[in-house]
Amino acid sequence: MSTVLSEPKLPAGVKLPIYMDNHATTPLDPRVLEAMLPFFTNKFGNAASRNHSFGWEAEKAVDLAREQIAKLIGATAKEIIFTSGATESNNLAIKGIGEMYRERGNHIITQVTEHKAVLDTCKRMEKLGYRVTYLPVNADGLIEMEDLKRAIDDKTILVTIMFANNEIGVIQPVAEIGKLCHEKGILFHTDAVQAVGKIPVDVNAMNIDVLSLSGHKIYGPKGVGALYVRRRNPRVQIASQLDGGGHERGMRSGTLNVPGIVGLGAACEIARLEMDEEATKLKAMRDRLKEKLESNLDFIHVNGSMEHHLPGNLNMSFIHVEGESLLMGINDIAVSSGSACTSATLEPSYVLKALGLGDDVAHSSIRFGLGRFNTQAEVDYVADKVIDVVQKLRELSPLYEMAKEGIDLTKVQWQAH
Amino acid sequence: MAYSDKVIEHYNNPRNVGQMDKNSTEVGTGLVGAPECGDVMRLQIKVNPETRVIEDAKFKTFGCGSAIASSSLATEWVKGKTVDEALEIKNTDIVKELALPPVKIHCSVLAEDAIRAAIGDWKKKNVVEGQAVSTPVAVAAN
Ligand SMILES: Cc1ncc(COP(=O)(O)O)c(C=O)c1O
Ligand code: FES
Repeated sequence: MSTVLSEPKLPAGVKLPIYMDNHATTPLDPRVLEAMLPFFTNKFGNAASRNHSFGWEAEKAVDLAREQIAKLIGATAKEIIFTSGATESNNLAIKGIGEMYRERGNHIITQVTEHKAVLDTCKRMEKLGYRVTYLPVNADGLIEMEDLKRAIDDKTILVTIMFANNEIGVIQPVAEIGKLCHEKGILFHTDAVQAVGKIPVDVNAMNIDVLSLSGHKIYGPKGVGALYVRRRNPRVQIASQLDGGGHERGMRSGTLNVPGIVGLGAACEIARLEMDEEATKLKAMRDRLKEKLESNLDFIHVNGSMEHHLPGNLNMSFIHVEGESLLMGINDIAVSSGSACTSATLEPSYVLKALGLGDDVAHSSIRFGLGRFNTQAEVDYVADKVIDVVQKLRELSPLYEMAKEGIDLTKVQWQAH
Repeated sequence: MAYSDKVIEHYNNPRNVGQMDKNSTEVGTGLVGAPECGDVMRLQIKVNPETRVIEDAKFKTFGCGSAIASSSLATEWVKGKTVDEALEIKNTDIVKELALPPVKIHCSVLAEDAIRAAIGDWKKKNVVEGQAVSTPVAVAAN
């Protein structure tokens, strides 16, 4: 009780710790929780129970959620398949299409900065006898449309390219990819986990055939996601990967997670209504953060195209400072780093490496993920704190000292170990 | 990653940060690690030519908190020791003192390497008879 007086003074609007890692997950919006709660208690029915009111009630709620999700991405309700999250959606899309269209061809095209849920699924497909082309990206994180055109051959059945990247926030030319795939009669799947609810997504205007999304990245619950599967022009078929009761048009068996689905629907509804305003606010805060850091620190590097970029993302390298040591200094702020030292494998971020950045730049990177509940006061606090800790760690950094003395660090004979 | 109190303490109050004149014959410089690996340590010692006692030590480290703590601790430990005593310091001693988890053992290895490299550099400058320099020395090639 008496500790109130001794607490350090924080600016209004700042409460520690600050969560600024909204690409990893987002907090549940209280309005979403509100919508979900009855479905944990008295509205507990199984949406597949066809002959009593408990089942009907659940089914009605699920149908509403389907509508809400479909509306956000320009689809129809029947095209939404519920899953346990985007990892499952990606697996289902790639494996299910691969299996279903095997006779037509065995070639899949993806790109190197995909989420592991896509990359590792593609690796599995290779083991099963499929050919996979991993397109490179430019230094700005974007694929080259010419590379995609060249990669397509008469055995290509699927192109799977993410909408927006979870580390660097770079938005791929999805509409162009969709148009090309449509012309060539190849299915186009996109992992839109980071894009849905953040920027406009329209499956028809963008010629998207299959799309993965996830609840917990859009202020909804964890463990629930969806796969959009186009029903017309063309009608996409997906071989189920879970056998059982034949739920979800036979594509995904298993009793529906009704509270989760209700939450996902509510989250999509809120996103649809508030996205434009929220994006403008997030972009302004992100730009403010970027400007503050840029005007107070030297040797910094912004990772990924800023032109094709999610509003809430900033991925920046503070050269000559190792990322984990930086995180340690800002431990009242939740962000993440591409440094090897923070990863279990001791490998730096493969996404940053794919941009052609040196490992040293990857080691120095921090991902800021701004979200719905961040405030400008928090942004200012984070900027000041990062500047302070980076300066302190550079006093400790032999590399910064050498760079300041004009030594070309690439010419030094390092003793790698 | 949960850090031990000692790692946090060294991170917050690193000892003996700085640099010494690497051209001085009394100073040995060890620069180990590589930026691509995410860790570079520079450890310098100033040795009394008569007594071979390390009278001062300085470091700068690019690396994680455990690497910073390991090198900070290394400078504390070498000070006041003779060159030969300092060579006895093992990375496992650092691991124990700082309670480093297995994934951070290499940070302590780097600190041991840095001590050896600094002593090796000093020995090379002060050609010590009969004692082959056993550890590789990396010095900035400028
Ligand atoms: C781009 C992307 N794809 C897929 C996933 C996996 O989603 P989920 O956590 O719903 O399985 C994530 C989240 O980590 C992501 O950022
Ligand atoms: S310097 Fe990378 S884990 Fe310690």
